[in-house]
Amino acid sequence: MLTKVVMSNFHGWKGGHPCNAPSHHDRIARIAGQKKVTRNVNMEKLRNGYLFPEIGTRQMAHMEKYPYAEVISLGVGDTTEPIPSVITKAMAEYALALSTREGYRGYGAEQGDKRLREAIAEKMYGNMGIQASEVFISDGAQCDIARLQMLFGSSMTIAVQDPTFPGYVDMSIIMGQTGEYDDKSNKYKGIEYLRCEPRNHFFPDFSKVPRTDIIFFCSPNNPTGQAASREQLKELVEVAKVNGSIIVYDSAYSSYISDDSPRSIYEIPGAKEVAIEISSFSKFAGFTGVRLGWAVVPSELSYSSGFPVLRDFDRIVCTSFNGASSVSQIGGLACLSDEGYEAIKDVIGVYKENAKIIVDTFTSLGKEVYGGVNSPYAWVHFPGHKSWDVFTEILEETHIITVPGCGFGPGGEGFIRVGAFNSRERILEASRRLRSFFG
Amino acid sequence: MLPTMNASFSVSLNSPQFLAHTSFTSSKLKYDTSRRNLGICKCVSSPPTEQTAYTTRVSRNANMAKLQAGYLFPEIARRRAAHLLKYPDAQVISLGIGDTTEPVPDVITNAMSERASALSTVEGYSGYGAEQGEKKLRSAIASTYYKDLGIDESDIFVSDGAKCDISRLQVLFGSNVKIAVQDPSYPAYVDSSVIMGQTGLYENQRYTNIEYMRCDPQNGFFPDLSLISNADVIFFCSPNNPTGSAATRDQLTQLVQYAKKTGSIIVYDSAYAMYISDDCPRSIFEIDGAKEVAIETSSFSKYAGFTGVRLGWTVVPKELLFSDGFPVAKDFNRIVCTCFNGASNIAQAGGLACLSPEGLKAMQGTISFYKENTQIIMDTFTKLGFDVYGGKNAPYVWVHFPGRSSWDVFAEILEKANVVTTPGSGFGPGGEGFVRVSAFGHRENVLEASRRLSQLYK
Repeated sequence: MLTKVVMSNFHGWKGGHPCNAPSHHDRIARIAGQKKVTRNVNMEKLRNGYLFPEIGTRQMAHMEKYPYAEVISLGVGDTTEPIPSVITKAMAEYALALSTREGYRGYGAEQGDKRLREAIAEKMYGNMGIQASEVFISDGAQCDIARLQMLFGSSMTIAVQDPTFPGYVDMSIIMGQTGEYDDKSNKYKGIEYLRCEPRNHFFPDFSKVPRTDIIFFCSPNNPTGQAASREQLKELVEVAKVNGSIIVYDSAYSSYISDDSPRSIYEIPGAKEVAIEISSFSKFAGFTGVRLGWAVVPSELSYSSGFPVLRDFDRIVCTSFNGASSVSQIGGLACLSDEGYEAIKDVIGVYKENAKIIVDTFTSLGKEVYGGVNSPYAWVHFPGHKSWDVFTEILEETHIITVPGCGFGPGGEGFIRVGAFNSRERILEASRRLRSFFG
Repeated sequence: MLPTMNASFSVSLNSPQFLAHTSFTSSKLKYDTSRRNLGICKCVSSPPTEQTAYTTRVSRNANMAKLQAGYLFPEIARRRAAHLLKYPDAQVISLGIGDTTEPVPDVITNAMSERASALSTVEGYSGYGAEQGEKKLRSAIASTYYKDLGIDESDIFVSDGAKCDISRLQVLFGSNVKIAVQDPSYPAYVDSSVIMGQTGLYENQRYTNIEYMRCDPQNGFFPDLSLISNADVIFFCSPNNPTGSAATRDQLTQLVQYAKKTGSIIVYDSAYAMYISDDCPRSIFEIDGAKEVAIETSSFSKYAGFTGVRLGWTVVPKELLFSDGFPVAKDFNRIVCTCFNGASNIAQAGGLACLSPEGLKAMQGTISFYKENTQIIMDTFTKLGFDVYGGKNAPYVWVHFPGRSSWDVFAEILEKANVVTTPGSGFGPGGEGFVRVSAFGHRENVLEASRRLSQLYK
C-alpha cells in the first residue's frame, strides 16, 4: 500500500526525463535537422546516475517489486512536518492582500525585502557585526551556490569536504572549473577533496592540502552530521587568511546545533574578511517547497585587487535573479518573529528527537554512529562494506530508504546517511525494523 | 591606502554612491596568485603587520569587470531615488520599469492563500517539489498555451521567472557559444552573455562577439537576416521589449528557416504574448519546424501581476538537439536539478488558478486594462507629433526623439514632468534616440502622466 508519507517523499525525487531511452534518441536524431550548436563540454563531464534520481529509480523499482510494502524514506532530506500556522497565516494573508490596491506589490528588490534582511541580520547575526545590506535573500541555498559559482567564474579552484553535499561539486563542473572524472579515485581532477572522517574528527588536515581559491565548508555537515568546533573553525579561518582563499560556509543546519558549536562562521574573529555564508529556511522552517534562503557577503570581503565581492554578487543577483517570492519572504519574516521562532523550534525538536532515536537504534546494534546530535543526519559506519550494498540490503530487508555514503564522495564509502525527516510514527517503525533485522 | 568599504556603504545598496558607475582603482598593486598554487599551506599565525585592509588572493572574475555599469533597471531606480532626494515633494509617476500595479484577481490569490494554509496541515503539507514543476501546472501550461502544437507537459519546465531562466539557459550553453540579440533588446540576454564569458570587451557601445541585429522603423523592427553573421544562439523577443513590435507569421517563418539553415538555436521570449491584439503568432511553435530549433520562455509576471510572486516557464522540445544528437532538454533538466530547486509551491498553486477558466478570464481583464493604458499613452505622443511605435501588441510604447540622446530625454522628462521612463540606449545602441514608456500604472497616474507630457512637449 502506497501511503501518503511515501508519496510525499517522492516529491524529493529528482525524476529523470523521458529522453533517457536510447531508442528514443535514435528516432529523434533521424528526423531532426542538423544542429551546429555543440553541447557544453562541461555538461558532458557530469556523471550519469546523479545521486538522488538514482535513489528514486531504485525506490520505484522496489515499490514495483513489493507493492504492499510500506517504504519508509530516511533518504533525501525532505521535511515532513507541517509549518506552524502563525507562519502560513502570514503568507495566506499576504497572498489575499495582493488582490487589494493597498496590499498589491509588484517587483521587490532583487536583494530581498528590507525588513527580512534586517530581521536576519539581527536575529541570526546580532552581535557579529553583519549589516542588513550584507544579507541577500534567495530562493534557497542550491540556487545561491549556482549564483556564487557564476560570480566566481571558470578560473577558480575549489576545495570541498569529502564527503560533501554533491551540489558544490556539480556546479563546479558545470562552470568549467574542473577536469574529467577519474574512475579510479572517484574524484574530479582539479578539485581538492578534504577528507573528513572519524580519524581526523571530521576536520581536514590542511597541512596536506594545496591552496585553492574557494573552500566549501558545511557545518553542521551534510552528510556526516558533524558540527565543527570553535577551535576547528578558527583554524579554517586562519588557513583561508594565510592562503588568501574565500570560504563558502554552508550553515543550513545551524538550527539543529545542541551544544555550543558555532552557528555561524562570523562567530570567529576575522571571518568577515574571508567568508561568505549561505543558509536556508528549508530545514529550519520546513520551507523546502516554499523556497527561501539567504547569503551573507560581508563588505570586508575583497578580491585581490581590493574590489568588494559584495558589489559583484549584487550585480549577479540583479541580472540572473528577480528576488525570492514575495509570499515566501513574508513567511520568512513570520518565522523570525518571536512566536514563529518558538513554534519552529518545536518542529526542529521533533526532528532532533527523531535523530536521537535513530542514533540510539544503531548504537544499540553495535554500529559506530556519527552525527545526529547537532544535525538531522546520522552517519553510520559499515566498515568493509560497500555503501550501495548496505543501501540495497536495508531497502530489501526493511523497506527503508537511506543514502549510500559514496554518493557524497569517495570519503563516504563504507557509510550510509540516515535522515531524521519523517513523522515520529514512521521513525519508530523504522527503528523497530532495523532492530529486528540487524539485532 | 586601499579604498575600503566604509560605514556609509552599509546603509543602502540603492544609495547613489553605491550604484554610481565609478571606476574602482586600487592604489596598491597586489600580486595575483590566483592561479593554482601547489605550495603547502603552513598553518602558523602570521603577525599582523600591514596597516592596509586585508584582501584575499582570489582574482575577480574578469567577465564581471567587462560589464559597463549596473543592470539597467536598478540604475533607473537610483536616478529616481536621487530625483526624490532633490525634490522630496515631487509626485513621481513611474512608467519606467515594467512593474505591474493592478491587484491580482481573487480566484488566483484565493488559491495561493489556501495552499499556504494547507502547508500547516498533515494532509496538505508538501516539501520539495519536482524541480521541473508540479505536474498539474506543467500540464495546464501545455494545454493552455501549446494545445495542438505538439508540446506536452514533459517539455515544460516551471521556473521563478524569465530572467532566471535566461541565466540558467546561459549556464547550459556555456562560454563557447556566440549569441545574437535584437538591437534594442531586454538587457538580461547581453548581460548574462558577458557574465558567462561568451563575449569580448565593450567597444563602441557593443560587446565584441555578440551579433547585434538592428530592429528599427526602417526594417519594420524585424532584422535583415541576410546581414547577420552566424551565431549559435539567437535571442528573439516577440512581442518585443522594448519596441513593442510583434513579429508576423511570415517573419517568424523566415527566422525559423534561417535557424534551420545555420543550425542555430532560437531562444524565443514570449512573455508578452497575451498582449497581442492581431493575428501575430503567440508562440514560436506555431511555426512549422520550430520544435527542432527553438526554446521558448514565458512568464506569469505581466499576465497575472506575478512580478513579486515569481513564476514562469521554459519549453524545451524533445526534438531540439545539440550537434552530436544529444537532447538539449536532458541537459537543461540537469541544470534545473543542480542550480534550482523549483518555483515556490505557493506561487505554483497561484499559477494553476491563473489557468483555470475563471483565472484566464480574470487575467484577460487585467491585460485589457493595461492595453487601455497603452492606448492612452500612444494617443498622447501621437497628438504631440511624435513618431510612436509598439503599443498595439505590447504594454510598451517606443517613442522616437530623433537626434537626441535617450538618457538626456529621460532626464528631461524626469526633471520637468516627474515621470520615469526608460532610455532606449539602455537596451542597446539601436535604442539610441528612443524612449520606452511602459503602460503599467493606475489609470489616474497614466492620465496624469499624459497630461504632464502634453504640457511638456506642446
